[in-house]
Amino acid sequence: MKALKTALALLVGDAQSDRVVPPTGHTVRLTLFSAGAMAFLAVFALALSMATGRLASLWGDELARSSTIRISAPEAQVADQTAAALKVLETTPGVASARALTTEEQQQLLEPWFGNGLSLDGLPVPQLIEVVEKGDGFDAEGLRLRLQAEVPGATLDDHTRWRRPLVKAARSLRLLGALSLILIGGTMAAMITLAATAALAANSQVIRVLRLVGAQDSYIAGAFVRRFTLRALIGGAAGTAVGMIAVALLPSAQPEGGFLTGLGFEGWHWLWPLLIPPLGAVVAFVATREAAMRTLRGLR
Amino acid sequence: MIELENMAYSYGGGELLSGISLKLAPGSFHFLTGPSGAGKTTFLRLCYGDLTATSGTVRLFGRDVRDLTRDQIALLRRKIGTVHQDCQFLDHLPLYENIALPLTVSGHSEWTDEANLKELMQWVGLGSRARALPPELSGGERQRAALARAIIMSPDVILADEPTGNVDWEMSQRLLTLLVELNRLGKTVVIATHDLALIRAAKSQVQARVLRIANRKLQLAGADL
Ligand SMILES: Nc1ncnc2c1ncn2[C@@H]1O[C@H](COP(=O)(O)OP(=O)(O)O)[C@@H](O)[C@H]1O
Ligand SMILES: [Mg+2]
Repeated sequence: MKALKTALALLVGDAQSDRVVPPTGHTVRLTLFSAGAMAFLAVFALALSMATGRLASLWGDELARSSTIRISAPEAQVADQTAAALKVLETTPGVASARALTTEEQQQLLEPWFGNGLSLDGLPVPQLIEVVEKGDGFDAEGLRLRLQAEVPGATLDDHTRWRRPLVKAARSLRLLGALSLILIGGTMAAMITLAATAALAANSQVIRVLRLVGAQDSYIAGAFVRRFTLRALIGGAAGTAVGMIAVALLPSAQPEGGFLTGLGFEGWHWLWPLLIPPLGAVVAFVATREAAMRTLRGLR
Repeated sequence: MIELENMAYSYGGGELLSGISLKLAPGSFHFLTGPSGAGKTTFLRLCYGDLTATSGTVRLFGRDVRDLTRDQIALLRRKIGTVHQDCQFLDHLPLYENIALPLTVSGHSEWTDEANLKELMQWVGLGSRARALPPELSGGERQRAALARAIIMSPDVILADEPTGNVDWEMSQRLLTLLVELNRLGKTVVIATHDLALIRAAKSQVQARVLRIANRKLQLAGADL
């Protein structure tokens, strides 16, 4: 609470205090530009990380946790083989439940292709068994071997096999996005530190005069901190605005959910990038204050 | 208020001051003299905590400078008005803001507008120069501005380093008169100068002690002045 109060007091300052350090057009522009560019990049990293996060959970929830076993056998053997397959599944670790689909359910699955009113009787439609996994899932290869031995007509249709790497890729992409955000923050801190250190060095005579008339370190630091924080905030706001517009102009997400078309924010997630300018300002505040205190300790 | 006890100061080039003891009594008026390079400026810098003695003690308002943090020294400087040999202004700020700087940095910027400073600026004869930038001023004007800045916090002590350094005789008389006036108001004044004529001129106006730095020591100068 006290830290917040000092931070606020430091930020508010007063107009006169801000005049004690001469303005330098060059560093102003460079700092504004860097803060803007970093904020722009941060918007994209954030969008990437959120879109891939969405994708990962979508694929994960919707598909990942069920597989299908198809039993294609001469009609007389279907019931026996289904029972045998269910028995195998009962003793397979990683299987939460297994259930043979009813005729009606199978009919429903085929409807999009054959229209309704289709009767499965007399058609050699395979029997489907829905397998729901639990925990880390089952060993698909092992199950396939057991089924081969005991249920000759069974084929394990394991969606997870092709889905898992996709979910994994989406998760790593999200992680990469988050890592990029951290790197962007770090780069911003480094750049502000360099700019602030340069500004402090260029103003060593000003600092000397301020010391001679009784200025304390926090006062001198504050004059620099306010500047850089404000520039980071303004540059960051501009960069974020441009970044958000750019993201909004990307092609919108398709229901089929391609990865590239889904890169953007959805609904209230549009609020997330608004955090970038204040966070950039906090980074600038801390970086400048550190740089100033370090410089002031070194100067007599 | 300022006490030196067996103080010595050396730097890379050897010992500059040694065995110096002095107690500045409140309301006293001192001249500090000695040839150029004798260590007058160094002596004053030791007195406002800008340098630290190599041995012995310097006490400001009863506190050993060695035990003070930078921020504590900054607070004490608000009670010690200093006129620097090279004035030390911020060249990008107009004169009145430079004069008000001690107020600004101590959080009293509400008193620093031009109107509030008018009287002080007139007292040092700079009433019409408030908005000039320091580099536009003449030597005498800069010296007077430096004096105005030194007293704006109403300090108990005024340490002036060659306050008449680069001004003509008439101007140096005016500056001396200002310092004597301040002393009459109860301020302790120390003036470092190599200008013996100035010291002689002061004798008729004020009861002053004359100290001389010679061979690294501080001596009380006698009637030879
Ligand atoms: N820290 C220091 N480093 C180098 N030289 C110094 C230092 N302090 C004092 N001096 C030297 O000591 C001498 C005394 O300087 P100063 O105090 O300015 O004398 P004055 O004001 O009497 O002319 C000068 O020659 C100055 O260069
Ligand atoms: Mg000198």
